[in-house]
Amino acid sequence: MDYSQFLYMPQELGLLVVFLLVFLFDTFGPKRSQSSLPVLTAVLFGIFTVCNGFMLMRGTAFSGMFENTAATYVMKVILNIGVLIVLIQSIKWANSEDMAIRRGEFYELLLLTVFGMYLMISARHFLLFVIGLETASLPLAALVAFHKKRYESHEAAAKYMFTAIFSSAVFLMGLSFVYGLFGSLYFSDIAYQVMNNTSAVLVVALAFVIAGIGFKLSLVPFHLWTADVYQGAPTPVTSYLSVISKGAAAFAFMVVLVQVFGAAYSKIWEWMLYAIIVLTITLGNLFAIRQRNIKRFLAFSSISQAGYIMLGVIGGNEMGLASLMFYVLVYIFSNLAAFGVAFAIEQQSGKVSIDDYNGLYKTNPWLSFTMMLAMFSLAGIPPFAGFFSKFFIFAGALECGETSIYILVLIALINTIISLYYYLLVVKAMFISPDECGIERFRSSCGERVALIVCTFGIILTGIVSCIYTFLVEAAQDGTTMFGLLN
Amino acid sequence: MELTMMMYIIPAMIMFGCGVYGFITRRNMIAILISLELMLNAVDINFAVFNRFLFPGQMEGMFFSLFAIGLAAAETALAIAIVINVYRAVRNVDIRQLTKMKF
Repeated sequence: MDYSQFLYMPQELGLLVVFLLVFLFDTFGPKRSQSSLPVLTAVLFGIFTVCNGFMLMRGTAFSGMFENTAATYVMKVILNIGVLIVLIQSIKWANSEDMAIRRGEFYELLLLTVFGMYLMISARHFLLFVIGLETASLPLAALVAFHKKRYESHEAAAKYMFTAIFSSAVFLMGLSFVYGLFGSLYFSDIAYQVMNNTSAVLVVALAFVIAGIGFKLSLVPFHLWTADVYQGAPTPVTSYLSVISKGAAAFAFMVVLVQVFGAAYSKIWEWMLYAIIVLTITLGNLFAIRQRNIKRFLAFSSISQAGYIMLGVIGGNEMGLASLMFYVLVYIFSNLAAFGVAFAIEQQSGKVSIDDYNGLYKTNPWLSFTMMLAMFSLAGIPPFAGFFSKFFIFAGALECGETSIYILVLIALINTIISLYYYLLVVKAMFISPDECGIERFRSSCGERVALIVCTFGIILTGIVSCIYTFLVEAAQDGTTMFGLLN
Repeated sequence: MELTMMMYIIPAMIMFGCGVYGFITRRNMIAILISLELMLNAVDINFAVFNRFLFPGQMEGMFFSLFAIGLAAAETALAIAIVINVYRAVRNVDIRQLTKMKF
């Protein structure tokens, strides 16, 4: 075996180094300095993120099982930024009394899931893809159950675990049919054979595969676990689940659908995805309106955001890929800002209901300002990044020029207006509603403030600094043969 | 009598169907876990049989089922741990007890 091919996976190796350092420090480090573990992890991961920017190695390894292109590289960097923000956010929480005994596990499991997502993004063979998918979702079940003393955490973990196993069983069943049809699990081998084959078995197999990944992405017929898990899990884990794992799954979903089953696009999966998108956006929005708990509210809002992300997939072109990556980047900043504020308030006062936010402006002006920016960005109000990401994703979907897609974008636009209503409900509670009980003025911890500042700059700047989007378009066009077989 | 491929595939599909049915109707968390195992094992059979009958020249399906068995074991171990946690919290493994968070 040629060991030099490991050099084609520099990001995975770098992440492994970070993981091993954290693990060794947690296991063998001096007991007195254990409380510096969160800061150490954040610093190491920050160095890794910066180095990551210079580690582009195009090429394939392991006889084509693993491939790095500019697009996968950019996607990994985007995920890194999100993970770094989550790590900074959770410093104080990880050092709290309740967490102190097991904060090492928290960071190790978190880094492992990132590793799984890297594999999932770069995989070009279904075996590696499945291993990546499981590595990305199994440790998260343990993380959801991390609040050992809170009952909700266990309930959420049980729900997450059972749906995760069920969805991976369905996904594997679909894969077994794909294998039976084509005799290979390499993406490229399957892609060329799909052209000559539109049997009923392929329809069933694709439905199973879409259902399996749809569970991970919480698209609508498969979304029922989302709100409960988001509510029960510890808030840093919730923000991680809603942003990072969703972003990675969206990218992998696009690769699987377009690169592997691209030739069956108009015949089989376009209408499946069409129905899923309409349902996801609409139902996510309608259920979000009636939520009073801020975490459940953000869960349903993230379901409908996943529907918007899928618009980039259904377009099936380079602009769709670029706008998908851009959407994930913007979504990372806005959603992490919203979760950051909710987390800070929950840490301080234990309040999680939207009604508790009444009059927050008077006591905590900066937090409510950040929350307002996040809500505006999620809703897509012009000067903020959310507007641009929505604009690009609509434009990418429209580029293929079919009438049915025009109708789809129209439905998505109407839903944007509906979503404005419930996002503004939070803003109204903070700024306009009279102060009844109120949350006392407090100073959030240093890590939370740094994370919120980064998110705020991200929300304001990513839309305006247009070179980011240009860069993503170039990355999407760079040597991708992804869209060649789309039919 | 010669064994054809369908004689393996149909039992595997029945296993999968039973697993889905059990997952939906069972109330005991351990029983749900067993149903999930049924589904995962049906997948393993499928892979092995497709490999044996349709593509005898290669081993890809066999290897996939080996990995799938490993993944299923990991999933079960984690699920059992979580069920034990739930049992400690509510002294019960009935899924109907887990209704604190709804809609």
